[in-house]
Amino acid sequence: MKQLFFILVSIVIVSQGIAQSEKFTKAMTTSIATFDSAKTADDMLAASAAFERIGDAEKTQWLPYYYASLSQIIYAFMKNDMSQADAYANKADDLLKKADALQPKNSEVSCIKSMIATLHMLVNPQNRWQEYGPVIQTELDNAKKQDPANPRPYFLQGQNLRNTPEQFGGGCTTAKPLLEEALKKYEAYKPESSIAPNWGKGQVEKILATCK
Amino acid sequence: MLPLLPLLILLLSFLAGSAQTIISGKVKDGKGHPIQGASISLKDTYDGATTDTLGDYHFKTTEKGEQVLLATSIGYKLQEQKITVSGAALRIDIVLKPEPNELTAVTITAGSFEASDTKRTTVLNSIDIVTTASANADITSAIKTLPGAQQVGESEGLFVRGGTAQETKVFIDGTLVNNFFFSSVPDIAQRGRFSPFIFKGTVFSSGGYSALYGQALSAALILESVDLPDQSSASVGLSTVGLNAGFQQLSKKKNASWGINYSYTNLAAYFAVVKQRPDNFKIPEFHNGEANFRIKTSKTGMLKFYGYFNYNQLGLRRADIDSIELKNAFRLTNFNVYGNLSWKEKLGKKWHLYMGASYSNNTDKIGNELQDQHNTPVTMNWEPYDTKGFNVRTDGELAQVKTVLERRLYGLSAIRFGGEYMYFTDKNNYTNQYVTNGITTAEDHFKAAFAEADIYITNDLAAKFGGRFEQSSQLDKANVVPRISLAYKVGNKAQASLAYGIFYQKPEKDYYLRGYAYNDLLYTKATHYIANYQRVSRDYTLRIEGYYKKYENLVKTYGTSNVGIIDSVATSGYGDAKGIELFWRDRKTLKNVDYWISYSYLDTKRDYLNYPYAIQPNFAANHTASLVVKKFVTKIKTQFNGSYTFATGRPYYNIRYSNNAGKYQIADQGKTISYNNLSFSVNYLPTIGNTKSKNFIVWVFSVNNVLGSNQVFGYNYSFNGLRKDPILPTARRFYFLGCFLSFGVDRSDDVINSNL
Repeated sequence: MKQLFFILVSIVIVSQGIAQSEKFTKAMTTSIATFDSAKTADDMLAASAAFERIGDAEKTQWLPYYYASLSQIIYAFMKNDMSQADAYANKADDLLKKADALQPKNSEVSCIKSMIATLHMLVNPQNRWQEYGPVIQTELDNAKKQDPANPRPYFLQGQNLRNTPEQFGGGCTTAKPLLEEALKKYEAYKPESSIAPNWGKGQVEKILATCK
Repeated sequence: MLPLLPLLILLLSFLAGSAQTIISGKVKDGKGHPIQGASISLKDTYDGATTDTLGDYHFKTTEKGEQVLLATSIGYKLQEQKITVSGAALRIDIVLKPEPNELTAVTITAGSFEASDTKRTTVLNSIDIVTTASANADITSAIKTLPGAQQVGESEGLFVRGGTAQETKVFIDGTLVNNFFFSSVPDIAQRGRFSPFIFKGTVFSSGGYSALYGQALSAALILESVDLPDQSSASVGLSTVGLNAGFQQLSKKKNASWGINYSYTNLAAYFAVVKQRPDNFKIPEFHNGEANFRIKTSKTGMLKFYGYFNYNQLGLRRADIDSIELKNAFRLTNFNVYGNLSWKEKLGKKWHLYMGASYSNNTDKIGNELQDQHNTPVTMNWEPYDTKGFNVRTDGELAQVKTVLERRLYGLSAIRFGGEYMYFTDKNNYTNQYVTNGITTAEDHFKAAFAEADIYITNDLAAKFGGRFEQSSQLDKANVVPRISLAYKVGNKAQASLAYGIFYQKPEKDYYLRGYAYNDLLYTKATHYIANYQRVSRDYTLRIEGYYKKYENLVKTYGTSNVGIIDSVATSGYGDAKGIELFWRDRKTLKNVDYWISYSYLDTKRDYLNYPYAIQPNFAANHTASLVVKKFVTKIKTQFNGSYTFATGRPYYNIRYSNNAGKYQIADQGKTISYNNLSFSVNYLPTIGNTKSKNFIVWVFSVNNVLGSNQVFGYNYSFNGLRKDPILPTARRFYFLGCFLSFGVDRSDDVINSNL
């Protein structure tokens, strides 16, 4: 009798655990879907808040904070309000720090670090490129080193160059090889799980289309 | 059946849990405006929502019982409140309090212009200083295009709001710099010693400055040196006036760096091409060496050292004003060393420590010789010629330490306090045909303690209260002064400020070194009242400032001679200055053009030195205006800079001792012609943005006073008062052409490019 009791109790505990991780995956899948389909800046902000809620509730998962930070940055780019950009970038940085603490030296996290620096720089490029330019570059280098298969650092670098005037060493000519490299890596890339980072391929194709 | 009980309970709780509660409400700020994009959540659950444009939120939860509802938004404090979820729909409206935020909070700006990249109050940044057309990369020349400063061409220094150049003090990394400018040459303004490239931040305070600084009646120029470089590099430069070379090494871990620089300036080639008014028998020649190291002592700590050495010589000959055939040959040799060591560290979460120490030693050997037409020395024994020939050697030393502790209070509020100690030693050795052993010395142990509090009453209203105590062993007197400023935000981007403060300064060391009867000199004193309105956005800056400054205990000199011999000195002078200043900067209206306009109106009178009564001093113009324009043309990688400065004429006087009246009187006076200066410079950067290039090249070409406008800085009078000669610039125009290269030793870009 006693044995049965323990078996039953352990089944309950284990099933609750499974239910918990299923609940996490489900919530993440839903939020990633919102993130992928976000059309307006407000949708993106809502996605960021949803990821942050999951992160705060879970406390030990880095992915929710990673996505929360990513969608906060994309929200800032969509909003394109430079008077607020530093505040948005700081918020994204706060979120990313939590992801970084849970998953140190991660290639994906380094990518977001470079995006945050890019946002800070765009507030006043003339005065800030000296400060943030090297940060952007260092983080992209780190990302490449930490996971050579990750296509996103190549995509981000290519995108940055595409948006830099030709006179300053940017434009299609310098961006194209990087974007093509990124595309190659995207084709070979296998995300670790259904909720692992797997974004950017569409954008690469779009930018490449403008460089024909 | 007993073992099945937990299962049943679990099942029940699941069933109960699946019943959903709807929570909704509105999020507003303190003024009742809805907040869009605020995040609402139930603590430790996934449940929550983001507010819409009307500030409304709405979400469902399966949680039950006591819960914590969290609400937050960027720029607001996190709000927590306990709620009970029972299944019935809940409506909870939330008011968020603004988070004190350096980006949106009011800042105390009365009186100060900040030139740095990091602060919101920035009016000019470091690059602006370098690219101001009329400045030729001289920090104070760029500052002269800001309101408050006078266009004084006959002597160096910043003459601010009716104050003399001595009333503006320069601080590097917190400590006073004794010889910021190259040593004075009669009637020729000298440049600052330091390159603008070694500073990342500049605050020009034209009044009402912080209690952390003292001993400047009018203004403070506060410079902050650069931190670690981005990369190791070597640099060389070649220009029409000299050459320079330098090296900066950044450690592999990027936590330390060291560097050296050397420059040599020789004006021989330049003077050969561009004719100068004085006869330069010893062509100006400068040897300049610099060394620095910077070490990140921890994540938040930084130790910096900057050392400077200079040796220069010059000699020039000009016609003597009192005779037709005589000349004065002036000769100067200067040796200067300066060292500054500073350390910044964060202690715990709330405390900041700042420590600085600096040392400087300056030696000037100055001689003047009366010469005839063949440049051979002449000795005469009658007035005024007998005192024209002299030799003087001055040695000045300053050692100082300063400590400031800062503690953050709630929000952005903070208190700062600390102290400083300065030890001045000065020695003068003067000889002429009468004086063979004229050694005088002066020393001063100067101590100060200060405290200051930044109090943010709300995000929109801030006050700064400060106090300063000073004691000088030379004067054997102490003083305590208050400094107060208030700032109130009057709109989204606009704010109004008020400042009040008392400033003391000890009389210049000259009055102690020449052995005058100086019984009981007082601190000279100025009281500032400033009102300021400022509107700053990304593209525009507008500043309007009005001030009143009252002077007391200014130095008065007494004597009976007309060759400048002073019998006694007292601090019985007085004066005042009032004015209105305007600054407008616009980066947007004209495409790729950045320009600023400044205007100063000054009304000042003072009775000091040998003035017979309060008059407008000869360094003060009533109206001064500057226009500075910069345009970068991306296509040709060239920046064009222009500046135009106008100032109304300044008064000049011939003040003579009258034996009949038994005092000084104005024998003659007038006003100079107005001052006009149109300057132009071009910077060509062929390698900018080219990630493949290892080198960074800048070409600079500039012309000062392009139009060749007549500039008269004042008049010198002959001994008998019958002749006056205008004080003119040494040449009508100044030209500069230079090329500066920097080689990046460690370019990460190269590594990446080679990997592709």
